Amino acid sequence: MNLDPLFLSRLQFALTIGFHFLFPPLTIGLAWLLVFIEWRGWRHGDEDCIRAGKFFGKILGLTFAVGVATGIVMEFQFGTNWAEYSKYVGDIFGAPLAAEAIFAFFLESAFLGLYLFGRGKVSKGMHWFSSLMVAFGSMLSAFWIIVANSWQQTPAGYEIRNGRAELTDFWAAVFNPSTADRFLHTFVGCLIAGAFLMAGVSAYLVLKNRGAQVGRKTLKMSLIFGLIVSVLALFPTGDHHAKQVARTQPEKFAAIEGLVHGQTRAPLAIFGIPSGEPPRLSLKVGIPAVLSWMAFGDADAYVPGIEDLREAGHPTPPFVITFVSFHTMVGLGTFFIVSTALGVFLLPRNKLYETRWYLKLLLWVIPLPLIACQLGWIVAEVGRQPWVVYRLLKTEDAHSTNVTGGEVLFSIIMFGLIYLMLGVLYVFILVRNVKHGPELLPAKEAR
Amino acid sequence: MDLNIAWFALIWVLFAGYAILDGFDLGVGVLHLFARDNRERRIHMNAIGPVWDGNEVWLLTAGGALFAAFPPVYATVFSGLYLALMLVLFALIFRAVSMEFRGQVDRPGWRRVWDWSFGLGSLVPAIIFGVAVGNILRGLPIEADGTLNVPFLALLNPYALLIGILSLVMFVMHGAAYLAVKTEGDLQQRMARWTIGAWMAFVVLYLAATLATFFVSPFLFESVLSNVLFWIFFLLLLASIVYIPIANRAGKFLRTFLASSATIAAMIGLTATSLFPRMVPSSLDLASSLTIYNASSTPRTLTVMLVIALIGMPLVIVYTAYIYRTFAGKVVITEESY
Repeated sequence: MNLDPLFLSRLQFALTIGFHFLFPPLTIGLAWLLVFIEWRGWRHGDEDCIRAGKFFGKILGLTFAVGVATGIVMEFQFGTNWAEYSKYVGDIFGAPLAAEAIFAFFLESAFLGLYLFGRGKVSKGMHWFSSLMVAFGSMLSAFWIIVANSWQQTPAGYEIRNGRAELTDFWAAVFNPSTADRFLHTFVGCLIAGAFLMAGVSAYLVLKNRGAQVGRKTLKMSLIFGLIVSVLALFPTGDHHAKQVARTQPEKFAAIEGLVHGQTRAPLAIFGIPSGEPPRLSLKVGIPAVLSWMAFGDADAYVPGIEDLREAGHPTPPFVITFVSFHTMVGLGTFFIVSTALGVFLLPRNKLYETRWYLKLLLWVIPLPLIACQLGWIVAEVGRQPWVVYRLLKTEDAHSTNVTGGEVLFSIIMFGLIYLMLGVLYVFILVRNVKHGPELLPAKEAR
Repeated sequence: MDLNIAWFALIWVLFAGYAILDGFDLGVGVLHLFARDNRERRIHMNAIGPVWDGNEVWLLTAGGALFAAFPPVYATVFSGLYLALMLVLFALIFRAVSMEFRGQVDRPGWRRVWDWSFGLGSLVPAIIFGVAVGNILRGLPIEADGTLNVPFLALLNPYALLIGILSLVMFVMHGAAYLAVKTEGDLQQRMARWTIGAWMAFVVLYLAATLATFFVSPFLFESVLSNVLFWIFFLLLLASIVYIPIANRAGKFLRTFLASSATIAAMIGLTATSLFPRMVPSSLDLASSLTIYNASSTPRTLTVMLVIALIGMPLVIVYTAYIYRTFAGKVVITEESY
């Protein structure tokens, strides 16, 4: 059997990053919601909020632990499986990873210990501050990781010297053309994931009348918060991010939008069936000129298509995956707005807590924002192929040439088994904790 | 002092910070395998509960800093030692989740699974870190073009295994010293005995390892004797090793723990000083070694990174110290405990 270490390393990276990326969005989203809840518990002495803080704090701790366990792998995998990449970009790519550890990961880890174990040991103000630092640290973590990844998308602040990319301008590399748009969109996506987790769990508490008083409060908060961030995901962050891709990565943009031939007054595809080599979109239903207008703010703007980019020597990313992932993500994003808006609409009429089908729906849609996050990541990463660093280094030239296919196969099998177990146990323990409910947790501090 | 030297020192400071801080977590994890009942096991876990996570970040930081400052070292060593590193990662995953999972279901069988996973998840890294250092001291077969490929079994040579056992014993001593600070009564007395037992083994193994190193890698001793840092670390090592049993017998366990920390710092300092200016010696030809000059990032990146570290690390140390102070004192099991 001929095992291809390149293919296996790509598979392993996809598996490990995909699984890891289920947890940080929940952590980030929950942490920010908890900052608000703990604030109310502290400043207003709201006992429901204190209970809610303890209840969701436990879920945060669990989620964080799995996120940390799977995150360590990422820090080392560039070296183990992508040695050529690491040597080529290390002068630039290592710094944001190190900065993430120094500025962000220390902060969130240290203060998470204080947040989870320090209740009653430190002042209430300090305890609230620790929840803020966890949230802030996790956001900062996301920022530095996005910095590193954005440099792969739109490299800047470097020069190719001595057979590698060497840093010439740190701030240009950090705030490369895609950093800000990608960070904001990803961050908002994480907040949606946290909001839906809290909303779904709260809906369950209300449905089962288990700590329902706590559940009502957190349901209300998470739905309002969820609506705001769902709208932000579309506009301005999603819109800006798409415009940035159109500006900086035309191949990816053409694949996302299924534009085969470049044209002025390019139509926005609202339906179409994509098929692979050569990339085609059949049964296409489009609105004329809207794509040109959305991408460049001008209905007459020329949008390059897959074919003309190919003629200019720019290869197309895997078309079907990119197109389908993007449109499913957009569909899910629309659903998030509609579903949270419905909940907020029911709120002032006091119907929210009685509309049982809606509460059940909230429970079942908990995973959808995570799927949307995964799809967004797939669009970003698959849409950049065949490059690992856009127009600089191909993925096929980036892997460790000294690692054998057998070794990678072994580690993939191990990661697969361990992650399967972690995933099952995470859900199992989460469900157990939720069923337990917040009622038994005392609101007063036990000293 | 040039930037490359500064980063050589900083990388080793980060690894030393990891060894001292997460080192006692690993030791506690190993000792967890020998705890007598559920109450003791919970005390073990909760002794490190609020801090282990922050401690592990030192490893991530050291890894990230190595990537940023010396990319070829990061790339060559981690890909060359692929399976060994994977084993560490698997073990660290198990260790991290065991603590979170163990207390979730109140059944003896469930707890037993996570006790073992916690213990072995600490034991495996405690040994492999030593094996890795042993192989680096021995030299890795780096070719002239910088490629490295070592079959996993070749890493398990007698010298590296000796260093692996040495590091296990060191972490057990360190973990026992930590637990003696955090516990009371019978358990504390037993931890004091563990400390002294591991200390004896450590002294014997360290002498053996030094002797072995002299034969395996004589080049490490070439220029160190004229290096003043070497003597400083050597004296610190000597003083702290001698002080461990004295403080331990007097029941001053915090001092024992600090002496044990100093021992680790001094030992790593000696290792780093004797490697300098090499990062990873080549066993094929010393001229092919990865050094702080042929395997570094550009001066610009090293400068940027230095600024990041000088702003970030003092902050980290301040809030870490605050958190350690908050959780100082004996372990008390509460509703938030594992």
